[in-house]
Amino acid sequence: MSDAFVEVDKVDLAYDEVSGNAIEDVSLSMKEHEFIAMVGPSGCGKSTFMKLCSGLRRPSKGQVIVEGREVSGPLKIVGMAFQNATLLPWRTTLDNVLLPLEIVQPYRATFKRDRGKYALKAKELLHSVGLDGYENRFPWELSGGMQQRVSICRALVHEPKLLLLDEPFAALDAFTREELWCILRDLWMLKRFTVVLVTHDLREATFLADTVYVMSKRPGRILARRVIDIPRPRELEVTYTDKFVSIVHELREHIGRIRKA
Amino acid sequence: MLAAIILVWEVVCRALHVSDFIFPAPSAILRSLGQYAGPISGHALQTFWTTMAGFAIGVGVGVALGVIVGSSRLMYTALYPLMVGFNSIPKAAFVPVLVVWFGIGTVPAILTAFIICFFPITVNVATGLATIEPELEDVLRALGASRMDVLMKVGLPRSLPFFFASLKVAITLAFVGSVVSETVAANEGIGYLMMSAGSQMRMPLVFAGLIVISVMAMAMYVVFAAMERRMTGWATRGMDARA
Repeated sequence: MSDAFVEVDKVDLAYDEVSGNAIEDVSLSMKEHEFIAMVGPSGCGKSTFMKLCSGLRRPSKGQVIVEGREVSGPLKIVGMAFQNATLLPWRTTLDNVLLPLEIVQPYRATFKRDRGKYALKAKELLHSVGLDGYENRFPWELSGGMQQRVSICRALVHEPKLLLLDEPFAALDAFTREELWCILRDLWMLKRFTVVLVTHDLREATFLADTVYVMSKRPGRILARRVIDIPRPRELEVTYTDKFVSIVHELREHIGRIRKA
Repeated sequence: MLAAIILVWEVVCRALHVSDFIFPAPSAILRSLGQYAGPISGHALQTFWTTMAGFAIGVGVGVALGVIVGSSRLMYTALYPLMVGFNSIPKAAFVPVLVVWFGIGTVPAILTAFIICFFPITVNVATGLATIEPELEDVLRALGASRMDVLMKVGLPRSLPFFFASLKVAITLAFVGSVVSETVAANEGIGYLMMSAGSQMRMPLVFAGLIVISVMAMAMYVVFAAMERRMTGWATRGMDARA
Protein backbone atom coordinates (compact mmCIF):
# COMPACT_ATOMS: atom_id res chain seq x y z
CA MET A 1 0.00 0.00 0.00
CA SER A 2 1.60 3.22 -1.09
CA ASP A 3 1.60 6.19 1.16
CA ALA A 4 -0.08 8.28 -1.50
CA PHE A 5 -3.08 10.28 -0.40
CA VAL A 6 -4.55 10.45 -3.86
CA GLU A 7 -3.62 7.99 -6.54
CA VAL A 8 -4.84 8.18 -10.10
CA ASP A 9 -4.05 5.00 -11.97
CA LYS A 10 -4.12 4.83 -15.79
CA VAL A 11 -7.40 6.65 -16.02
CA ASP A 12 -9.43 7.38 -19.12
CA LEU A 13 -12.57 9.49 -19.10
CA ALA A 14 -14.90 9.94 -22.01
CA TYR A 15 -18.08 11.99 -21.63
CA ASP A 16 -19.69 10.07 -24.45
CA GLU A 17 -18.67 7.72 -27.24
CA VAL A 18 -18.83 10.35 -29.94
CA SER A 19 -16.30 12.81 -28.63
CA GLY A 20 -13.85 10.20 -27.41
CA ASN A 21 -11.58 10.37 -24.40
CA ALA A 22 -11.32 13.69 -22.65
CA ILE A 23 -8.33 12.44 -20.71
CA GLU A 24 -6.31 9.36 -21.41
CA ASP A 25 -3.89 7.17 -19.51
CA VAL A 26 -3.43 9.66 -16.72
CA SER A 27 -1.48 8.42 -13.75
CA LEU A 28 -0.19 10.42 -10.85
CA SER A 29 0.08 10.19 -7.14
CA MET A 30 -0.07 12.87 -4.48
CA LYS A 31 1.11 12.80 -0.91
CA GLU A 32 -0.98 14.27 1.83
CA HIS A 33 -0.44 17.99 2.48
CA GLU A 34 1.06 18.35 -0.97
CA PHE A 35 0.19 21.30 -3.20
CA ILE A 36 0.07 20.31 -6.85
CA ALA A 37 -0.84 22.35 -9.90
CA MET A 38 -2.07 21.21 -13.31
CA VAL A 39 -1.38 23.39 -16.30
CA GLY A 40 -2.07 22.91 -19.97
CA PRO A 41 -3.70 24.43 -23.02
CA SER A 42 -7.42 25.12 -23.14
CA GLY A 43 -9.63 22.09 -23.41
CA CYS A 44 -6.92 19.67 -22.37
CA GLY A 45 -9.00 18.01 -19.71
CA LYS A 46 -7.89 19.80 -16.56
CA SER A 47 -11.44 20.36 -15.35
CA THR A 48 -12.27 16.75 -16.26
CA PHE A 49 -9.44 15.68 -14.00
CA MET A 50 -10.98 17.76 -11.25
CA LYS A 51 -14.32 16.09 -11.62
CA LEU A 52 -12.54 12.76 -11.30
CA CYS A 53 -10.81 13.69 -8.07
CA SER A 54 -14.01 15.01 -6.55
CA GLY A 55 -16.03 11.96 -7.48
CA LEU A 56 -18.49 13.96 -9.56
CA ARG A 57 -17.62 11.68 -12.45
CA ARG A 58 -16.32 8.14 -12.62
CA PRO A 59 -13.49 7.11 -14.92
CA SER A 60 -14.29 5.14 -18.06
CA LYS A 61 -11.16 3.10 -17.39
CA GLY A 62 -8.71 2.88 -14.53
CA GLN A 63 -9.09 3.85 -10.89
CA VAL A 64 -9.00 6.86 -8.66
CA ILE A 65 -8.04 6.02 -5.12
CA VAL A 66 -8.31 8.52 -2.30
CA GLU A 67 -7.09 7.61 1.17
CA GLY A 68 -6.75 4.00 0.16
CA ARG A 69 -10.33 3.65 -1.04
CA GLU A 70 -11.61 3.76 -4.58
CA VAL A 71 -13.71 6.81 -5.32
CA SER A 72 -17.25 5.83 -6.22
CA GLY A 73 -19.13 9.03 -5.59
CA PRO A 74 -18.79 12.56 -4.27
CA LEU A 75 -16.48 12.65 -1.26
CA LYS A 76 -17.18 14.75 1.76
CA ILE A 77 -13.53 15.28 2.53
CA VAL A 78 -13.34 17.37 -0.62
CA GLY A 79 -13.83 21.10 -0.95
CA MET A 80 -14.23 22.65 -4.40
CA ALA A 81 -14.06 26.14 -5.78
CA PHE A 82 -14.69 27.00 -9.41
CA GLN A 83 -13.89 29.86 -11.72
CA ASN A 84 -17.34 31.30 -11.05
CA ALA A 85 -17.84 31.82 -7.37
CA THR A 86 -21.46 30.60 -7.77
CA LEU A 87 -22.60 31.95 -4.46
CA LEU A 88 -26.32 31.62 -3.82
CA PRO A 89 -27.65 35.17 -4.28
CA TRP A 90 -30.52 34.79 -1.83
CA ARG A 91 -28.17 34.02 1.07
CA THR A 92 -25.88 36.38 2.93
CA THR A 93 -22.13 35.86 2.77
CA LEU A 94 -22.15 34.11 6.12
CA ASP A 95 -24.99 31.78 5.13
CA ASN A 96 -23.19 30.99 1.89
CA VAL A 97 -20.06 29.97 3.76
CA LEU A 98 -22.14 27.84 6.14
CA LEU A 99 -23.84 25.96 3.30
CA PRO A 100 -21.55 22.88 3.29
CA LEU A 101 -22.18 22.42 7.00
CA GLU A 102 -25.88 22.08 6.28
CA ILE A 103 -25.20 19.19 3.96
CA VAL A 104 -22.16 17.24 5.10
CA GLN A 105 -22.36 14.86 8.01
CA PRO A 106 -21.45 15.02 10.89
CA TYR A 107 -21.99 18.77 10.90
CA ARG A 108 -25.43 18.48 9.42
CA ALA A 109 -26.90 16.52 12.30
CA THR A 110 -25.96 19.12 14.86
CA PHE A 111 -26.42 22.15 12.69
CA LYS A 112 -29.35 23.73 14.50
CA ARG A 113 -27.84 23.18 17.87
CA ASP A 114 -24.33 24.30 17.06
CA ARG A 115 -25.12 27.00 14.57
CA GLY A 116 -23.51 29.64 16.76
CA LYS A 117 -20.27 27.68 16.94
CA TYR A 118 -20.23 27.09 13.20
CA ALA A 119 -20.97 30.74 12.51
CA LEU A 120 -17.95 31.66 14.59
CA LYS A 121 -15.78 29.29 12.56
CA ALA A 122 -17.11 30.77 9.34
CA LYS A 123 -16.45 34.31 10.57
CA GLU A 124 -12.92 33.30 11.47
CA LEU A 125 -12.38 31.98 7.94
CA LEU A 126 -13.79 35.15 6.45
CA HIS A 127 -11.47 37.13 8.68
CA SER A 128 -8.46 35.17 7.50
CA VAL A 129 -9.19 36.13 3.90
CA GLY A 130 -9.74 39.74 4.83
CA LEU A 131 -13.52 39.93 4.64
CA ASP A 132 -14.27 41.08 8.18
CA GLY A 133 -17.56 42.90 8.42
CA TYR A 134 -19.02 41.50 5.21
CA GLU A 135 -20.86 38.61 6.80
CA ASN A 136 -24.29 40.10 6.28
CA ARG A 137 -23.80 41.43 2.80
CA PHE A 138 -25.27 39.71 -0.21
CA PRO A 139 -23.04 38.30 -2.96
CA TRP A 140 -23.97 40.95 -5.47
CA GLU A 141 -22.72 43.60 -3.10
CA LEU A 142 -19.21 42.15 -3.30
CA SER A 143 -16.61 42.52 -6.02
CA GLY A 144 -15.43 39.53 -8.08
CA GLY A 145 -12.31 39.09 -5.97
CA MET A 146 -14.33 39.19 -2.78
CA GLN A 147 -16.81 36.64 -4.09
CA GLN A 148 -13.94 34.29 -4.94
CA ARG A 149 -12.61 34.68 -1.43
CA VAL A 150 -16.02 33.75 -0.06
CA SER A 151 -16.08 30.80 -2.40
CA ILE A 152 -12.75 29.60 -1.03
CA CYS A 153 -13.99 29.98 2.54
CA ARG A 154 -17.03 27.94 1.62
CA ALA A 155 -14.74 25.26 0.21
CA LEU A 156 -12.81 25.13 3.47
CA VAL A 157 -15.49 25.49 6.14
CA HIS A 158 -16.12 21.77 6.55
CA GLU A 159 -12.38 21.20 7.00
CA PRO A 160 -11.81 19.07 3.92
CA LYS A 161 -8.59 17.17 3.52
CA LEU A 162 -8.54 17.75 -0.20
CA LEU A 163 -9.11 21.14 -1.80
CA LEU A 164 -9.80 21.23 -5.52
CA LEU A 165 -9.52 24.60 -7.23
CA ASP A 166 -10.61 24.87 -10.86
CA GLU A 167 -9.07 28.07 -12.25
CA PRO A 168 -10.40 30.02 -9.28
CA PHE A 169 -8.54 33.22 -10.08
CA ALA A 170 -8.95 33.24 -13.84
CA ALA A 171 -11.65 35.89 -13.85
CA LEU A 172 -9.78 38.35 -11.65
CA ASP A 173 -7.42 41.20 -12.43
CA ALA A 174 -3.68 40.70 -11.97
CA PHE A 175 -3.37 42.56 -8.67
CA THR A 176 -6.29 40.84 -7.03
CA ARG A 177 -4.94 37.56 -8.29
CA GLU A 178 -1.55 38.06 -6.63
CA GLU A 179 -3.28 39.10 -3.42
CA LEU A 180 -5.34 35.91 -3.45
CA TRP A 181 -2.25 33.79 -4.14
CA CYS A 182 -0.80 35.04 -0.89
CA ILE A 183 -4.05 34.44 0.95
CA LEU A 184 -4.24 30.89 -0.37
CA ARG A 185 -0.59 30.30 0.43
CA ASP A 186 -1.09 31.48 4.01
CA LEU A 187 -4.24 29.42 4.50
CA TRP A 188 -2.46 26.35 3.20
CA MET A 189 0.60 26.87 5.36
CA LEU A 190 -1.70 27.18 8.34
CA LYS A 191 -4.05 24.29 7.71
CA ARG A 192 -1.98 22.06 5.42
CA PHE A 193 -4.81 20.46 3.41
CA THR A 194 -3.86 18.79 0.13
CA VAL A 195 -4.50 21.02 -2.88
CA VAL A 196 -5.03 20.39 -6.56
CA LEU A 197 -4.96 23.69 -8.40
CA VAL A 198 -5.92 23.79 -12.05
CA THR A 199 -4.76 26.92 -13.79
CA HIS A 200 -3.72 28.57 -17.00
CA ASP A 201 -1.29 30.83 -15.25
CA LEU A 202 2.22 29.36 -15.14
CA ARG A 203 3.44 31.93 -12.63
CA GLU A 204 0.56 31.05 -10.36
CA ALA A 205 1.37 27.36 -10.59
CA THR A 206 5.07 27.87 -9.95
CA PHE A 207 4.50 30.29 -7.07
CA LEU A 208 2.02 28.16 -5.18
CA ALA A 209 2.76 24.51 -5.94
CA ASP A 210 5.20 21.84 -4.81
CA THR A 211 4.81 19.95 -8.07
CA VAL A 212 3.47 21.06 -11.44
CA TYR A 213 2.02 18.65 -14.00
CA VAL A 214 1.72 19.65 -17.63
CA MET A 215 -1.14 18.17 -19.63
CA SER A 216 -1.26 17.74 -23.37
CA LYS A 217 -3.98 18.76 -25.78
CA ARG A 218 -7.12 16.68 -25.86
CA PRO A 219 -7.16 13.78 -25.13
CA GLY A 220 -5.25 15.01 -22.10
CA ARG A 221 -2.20 13.10 -20.99
CA ILE A 222 0.43 14.00 -18.45
CA LEU A 223 3.39 15.23 -20.48
CA ALA A 224 5.73 16.50 -17.84
CA ARG A 225 6.20 16.71 -14.12
CA ARG A 226 8.25 19.48 -12.57
CA VAL A 227 9.07 19.62 -8.89
CA ILE A 228 9.30 23.21 -7.74
CA ASP A 229 12.27 23.29 -5.44
CA ILE A 230 12.02 26.93 -4.41
CA PRO A 231 12.16 27.10 -0.61
CA ARG A 232 9.14 28.16 1.43
CA PRO A 233 7.79 30.51 2.63
CA ARG A 234 7.67 32.13 -0.80
CA GLU A 235 7.07 35.85 -1.06
CA LEU A 236 5.87 37.56 -4.23
CA GLU A 237 9.38 38.88 -4.75
CA VAL A 238 10.54 35.39 -5.59
CA THR A 239 8.58 35.56 -8.83
CA TYR A 240 11.19 37.91 -10.21
CA THR A 241 14.21 35.77 -9.39
CA ASP A 242 16.15 33.96 -12.12
CA LYS A 243 15.31 30.52 -10.80
CA PHE A 244 11.60 31.21 -10.81
CA VAL A 245 11.68 32.73 -14.25
CA SER A 246 13.61 29.82 -15.68
CA ILE A 247 11.11 27.32 -14.28
CA VAL A 248 8.23 29.26 -15.79
CA HIS A 249 10.13 29.45 -19.05
CA GLU A 250 10.63 25.70 -19.02
CA LEU A 251 6.91 25.12 -18.47
CA ARG A 252 6.14 27.61 -21.20
CA GLU A 253 8.30 25.62 -23.62
CA HIS A 254 6.32 22.50 -22.86
CA ILE A 255 3.03 24.22 -23.51
CA GLY A 256 4.36 25.95 -26.60
CA ARG A 257 5.37 22.61 -28.04
CA ILE A 258 1.93 21.22 -27.33
CA ARG A 259 0.17 24.13 -28.94
CA LYS A 260 2.29 23.90 -32.06
CA ALA A 261 1.86 20.18 -32.40
CA MET B 1 -54.47 58.43 -15.08
CA LEU B 2 -57.41 56.59 -13.59
CA ALA B 3 -59.07 59.87 -12.63
CA ALA B 4 -58.66 61.15 -16.17
CA ILE B 5 -60.31 58.04 -17.61
CA ILE B 6 -63.25 58.30 -15.21
CA LEU B 7 -63.69 61.95 -16.04
CA VAL B 8 -63.70 61.35 -19.78
CA TRP B 9 -66.12 58.46 -19.32
CA GLU B 10 -68.52 60.64 -17.32
CA VAL B 11 -68.38 63.49 -19.81
CA VAL B 12 -68.90 61.27 -22.84
CA CYS B 13 -71.88 59.55 -21.27
CA ARG B 14 -73.59 62.84 -20.40
CA ALA B 15 -72.77 64.59 -23.63
CA LEU B 16 -73.95 61.82 -25.89
CA HIS B 17 -76.90 60.91 -23.67
CA VAL B 18 -75.78 57.32 -23.56
CA SER B 19 -78.55 55.22 -22.15
CA ASP B 20 -77.92 53.73 -18.76
CA PHE B 21 -78.73 50.43 -20.29
CA ILE B 22 -75.84 50.42 -22.73
CA PHE B 23 -73.04 52.11 -20.86
CA PRO B 24 -73.62 53.56 -17.41
CA ALA B 25 -71.80 56.69 -16.37
CA PRO B 26 -69.45 56.48 -13.37
CA SER B 27 -71.85 58.56 -11.31
CA ALA B 28 -74.62 56.03 -11.89
CA ILE B 29 -72.32 53.17 -10.96
CA LEU B 30 -71.28 54.91 -7.77
CA ARG B 31 -74.91 55.46 -6.90
CA SER B 32 -75.57 51.75 -7.29
CA LEU B 33 -72.58 50.92 -5.18
CA GLY B 34 -73.85 53.13 -2.44
CA GLN B 35 -77.44 52.00 -2.74
CA TYR B 36 -76.74 48.30 -2.66
CA ALA B 37 -73.63 48.33 -0.48
CA GLY B 38 -75.00 45.67 1.83
CA PRO B 39 -75.83 42.95 -0.69
CA ILE B 40 -72.79 43.81 -2.76
CA SER B 41 -70.39 43.30 0.11
CA GLY B 42 -72.13 40.08 1.04
CA HIS B 43 -71.72 38.69 -2.45
CA ALA B 44 -68.21 40.11 -2.74
CA LEU B 45 -67.17 38.27 0.40
CA GLN B 46 -68.55 35.03 -0.98
CA THR B 47 -66.68 35.46 -4.22
CA PHE B 48 -63.56 36.44 -2.37
CA TRP B 49 -63.32 33.46 -0.10
CA THR B 50 -64.26 30.91 -2.74
CA THR B 51 -61.61 32.41 -4.99
CA MET B 52 -58.98 32.31 -2.26
CA ALA B 53 -59.86 28.72 -1.44
CA GLY B 54 -59.59 27.68 -5.08
CA PHE B 55 -56.40 29.68 -5.39
CA ALA B 56 -54.86 28.01 -2.34
CA ILE B 57 -55.58 24.56 -3.76
CA GLY B 58 -54.25 25.76 -7.10
CA VAL B 59 -50.98 26.90 -5.49
CA GLY B 60 -50.57 23.62 -3.65
CA VAL B 61 -51.24 21.43 -6.65
CA GLY B 62 -49.43 23.79 -9.03
CA VAL B 63 -46.23 23.74 -7.00
CA ALA B 64 -46.35 19.98 -6.47
CA LEU B 65 -46.87 19.31 -10.17
CA GLY B 66 -44.27 21.92 -11.06
CA VAL B 67 -41.70 20.19 -8.89
CA ILE B 68 -42.47 16.80 -10.42
CA VAL B 69 -42.39 18.07 -13.98
CA GLY B 70 -39.37 20.35 -13.50
CA SER B 71 -37.17 17.84 -11.73
CA SER B 72 -37.24 15.03 -14.19
CA ARG B 73 -36.70 15.03 -17.91
CA LEU B 74 -38.96 12.03 -18.24
CA MET B 75 -41.84 13.62 -16.37
CA TYR B 76 -41.35 16.83 -18.33
CA THR B 77 -41.86 15.15 -21.69
CA ALA B 78 -44.60 12.85 -20.44
CA LEU B 79 -46.82 15.23 -18.52
CA TYR B 80 -46.48 18.50 -20.39
CA PRO B 81 -48.63 17.61 -23.43
CA LEU B 82 -51.30 16.23 -21.14
CA MET B 83 -51.41 19.42 -19.14
CA VAL B 84 -51.51 21.64 -22.18
CA GLY B 85 -54.37 19.61 -23.58
CA PHE B 86 -56.25 19.82 -20.32
CA ASN B 87 -55.67 23.53 -20.07
CA SER B 88 -57.02 24.19 -23.54
CA ILE B 89 -60.51 23.09 -22.58
CA PRO B 90 -62.64 26.20 -21.93
CA LYS B 91 -63.31 26.06 -18.25
CA ALA B 92 -66.78 27.53 -18.64
CA ALA B 93 -67.67 24.28 -20.31
CA PHE B 94 -66.55 22.45 -17.21
CA VAL B 95 -68.90 24.15 -14.82
CA PRO B 96 -72.08 22.25 -15.71
CA VAL B 97 -70.19 19.00 -15.14
CA LEU B 98 -69.01 20.20 -11.75
CA VAL B 99 -72.52 21.30 -10.85
CA VAL B 100 -73.88 17.86 -11.66
CA TRP B 101 -71.19 16.28 -9.49
CA PHE B 102 -71.17 18.70 -6.58
CA GLY B 103 -74.35 20.74 -6.69
CA ILE B 104 -74.93 24.42 -7.20
CA GLY B 105 -72.92 27.18 -5.57
CA THR B 106 -69.74 27.09 -3.57
CA VAL B 107 -67.97 23.86 -4.49
CA PRO B 108 -68.02 24.29 -8.28
CA ALA B 109 -66.82 27.88 -7.80
CA ILE B 110 -63.84 26.77 -5.75
CA LEU B 111 -63.05 23.95 -8.12
CA THR B 112 -63.33 26.09 -11.24
CA ALA B 113 -61.02 28.66 -9.70
CA PHE B 114 -58.54 25.90 -8.87
CA ILE B 115 -58.68 24.26 -12.30
CA ILE B 116 -58.11 27.50 -14.15
CA CYS B 117 -55.31 28.86 -12.02
CA PHE B 118 -52.97 25.95 -11.31
CA PHE B 119 -51.51 25.67 -14.80
CA PRO B 120 -49.47 28.91 -14.94
CA ILE B 121 -48.05 28.07 -11.52
CA THR B 122 -46.99 24.61 -12.65
CA VAL B 123 -45.40 25.94 -15.82
CA ASN B 124 -43.44 28.62 -14.00
CA VAL B 125 -42.21 26.40 -11.18
CA ALA B 126 -41.20 23.71 -13.67
CA THR B 127 -39.35 26.23 -15.81
CA GLY B 128 -37.61 27.69 -12.78
CA LEU B 129 -36.43 24.27 -11.72
CA ALA B 130 -35.45 23.09 -15.17
CA THR B 131 -33.24 26.10 -15.76
CA ILE B 132 -31.01 26.03 -12.69
CA GLU B 133 -27.40 26.69 -13.56
CA PRO B 134 -25.54 23.36 -13.38
CA GLU B 135 -22.65 25.03 -11.55
CA LEU B 136 -24.93 25.79 -8.62
CA GLU B 137 -25.94 22.17 -8.48
CA ASP B 138 -22.34 20.95 -8.80
CA VAL B 139 -21.30 22.88 -5.72
CA LEU B 140 -23.80 20.92 -3.65
CA ARG B 141 -23.37 17.59 -5.38
CA ALA B 142 -19.61 17.70 -4.80
CA LEU B 143 -20.44 17.68 -1.10
CA GLY B 144 -22.61 14.62 -1.50
CA ALA B 145 -25.97 16.39 -1.38
CA SER B 146 -29.05 14.32 -2.20
CA ARG B 147 -31.52 15.39 -4.87
CA MET B 148 -33.87 16.56 -2.13
CA ASP B 149 -31.10 18.72 -0.69
CA VAL B 150 -30.43 20.31 -4.04
CA LEU B 151 -34.13 20.93 -4.55
CA MET B 152 -34.71 22.51 -1.16
CA LYS B 153 -31.53 24.54 -0.97
CA VAL B 154 -31.04 25.61 -4.55
CA GLY B 155 -33.99 24.62 -6.74
CA LEU B 156 -36.92 26.16 -4.90
CA PRO B 157 -35.27 29.39 -3.78
CA ARG B 158 -33.95 29.85 -7.30
CA SER B 159 -37.48 29.40 -8.69
CA LEU B 160 -39.19 31.84 -6.34
CA PRO B 161 -39.12 34.75 -8.80
CA PHE B 162 -40.82 32.58 -11.40
CA PHE B 163 -43.29 31.37 -8.79
CA PHE B 164 -44.32 34.88 -7.77
CA ALA B 165 -44.70 35.92 -11.38
CA SER B 166 -47.12 33.07 -11.87
CA LEU B 167 -49.03 33.95 -8.69
CA LYS B 168 -49.90 37.33 -10.09
CA VAL B 169 -51.35 35.72 -13.21
CA ALA B 170 -53.01 32.90 -11.32
CA ILE B 171 -54.91 35.11 -8.91
CA THR B 172 -56.63 36.98 -11.72
CA LEU B 173 -57.47 33.68 -13.37
CA ALA B 174 -58.86 32.34 -10.12
CA PHE B 175 -61.28 35.26 -9.93
CA VAL B 176 -62.34 34.56 -13.49
CA GLY B 177 -62.95 30.95 -12.58
CA SER B 178 -65.13 31.56 -9.58
CA VAL B 179 -67.14 34.35 -11.21
CA VAL B 180 -67.76 32.26 -14.31
CA SER B 181 -68.98 29.43 -12.14
CA GLU B 182 -71.22 31.75 -10.18
CA THR B 183 -72.61 33.17 -13.38
CA VAL B 184 -73.61 29.76 -14.62
CA ALA B 185 -74.96 28.17 -11.48
CA ALA B 186 -75.01 29.83 -8.09
CA ASN B 187 -77.16 31.61 -5.53
CA GLU B 188 -74.45 33.80 -4.15
CA GLY B 189 -71.41 35.69 -5.23
CA ILE B 190 -70.67 38.57 -7.54
CA GLY B 191 -71.19 36.46 -10.63
CA TYR B 192 -74.68 35.63 -9.47
CA LEU B 193 -75.26 39.29 -8.58
CA MET B 194 -74.24 40.40 -12.04
CA MET B 195 -76.43 37.78 -13.69
CA SER B 196 -79.53 38.71 -11.77
CA ALA B 197 -78.89 42.43 -12.06
CA GLY B 198 -78.44 41.99 -15.79
CA SER B 199 -81.68 40.08 -16.10
CA GLN B 200 -83.43 42.94 -14.29
CA MET B 201 -81.85 45.46 -16.64
CA ARG B 202 -79.94 47.11 -13.82
CA MET B 203 -76.77 47.79 -15.77
CA PRO B 204 -75.14 50.19 -13.28
CA LEU B 205 -75.29 47.40 -10.76
CA VAL B 206 -73.69 45.00 -13.21
CA PHE B 207 -70.86 47.40 -13.79
CA ALA B 208 -70.57 47.95 -10.07
CA GLY B 209 -70.08 44.23 -9.73
CA LEU B 210 -67.36 44.28 -12.36
CA ILE B 211 -65.56 47.03 -10.56
CA VAL B 212 -65.74 45.22 -7.24
CA ILE B 213 -64.14 42.17 -8.80
CA SER B 214 -61.29 44.11 -10.33
CA VAL B 215 -60.68 45.95 -7.07
CA MET B 216 -60.41 42.64 -5.23
CA ALA B 217 -58.10 41.19 -7.84
CA MET B 218 -55.93 44.29 -7.81
CA ALA B 219 -55.71 44.21 -4.04
CA MET B 220 -54.46 40.63 -4.12
CA TYR B 221 -52.02 41.51 -6.86
CA VAL B 222 -50.57 44.24 -4.70
CA VAL B 223 -50.25 41.82 -1.77
CA PHE B 224 -48.29 39.33 -3.88
CA ALA B 225 -46.14 42.04 -5.40
CA ALA B 226 -45.17 43.17 -1.90
CA MET B 227 -44.38 39.61 -0.82
CA GLU B 228 -42.35 39.15 -3.98
CA ARG B 229 -40.30 42.21 -3.33
CA ARG B 230 -39.51 41.03 0.19
CA MET B 231 -38.64 37.47 -0.71
CA THR B 232 -36.95 37.85 -4.06
CA GLY B 233 -35.25 41.21 -3.75
CA TRP B 234 -32.09 39.50 -4.88
CA ALA B 235 -33.53 38.72 -8.29
CA THR B 236 -34.88 42.13 -9.25
CA ARG B 237 -31.92 44.06 -7.89
CA GLY B 238 -30.85 45.03 -11.42
CA MET B 239 -34.19 46.60 -12.10
CA ASP B 240 -34.30 48.32 -8.73
CA ALA B 241 -30.82 49.70 -9.25
CA ARG B 242 -31.71 51.16 -12.62
CA ALA B 243 -34.91 52.73 -11.27
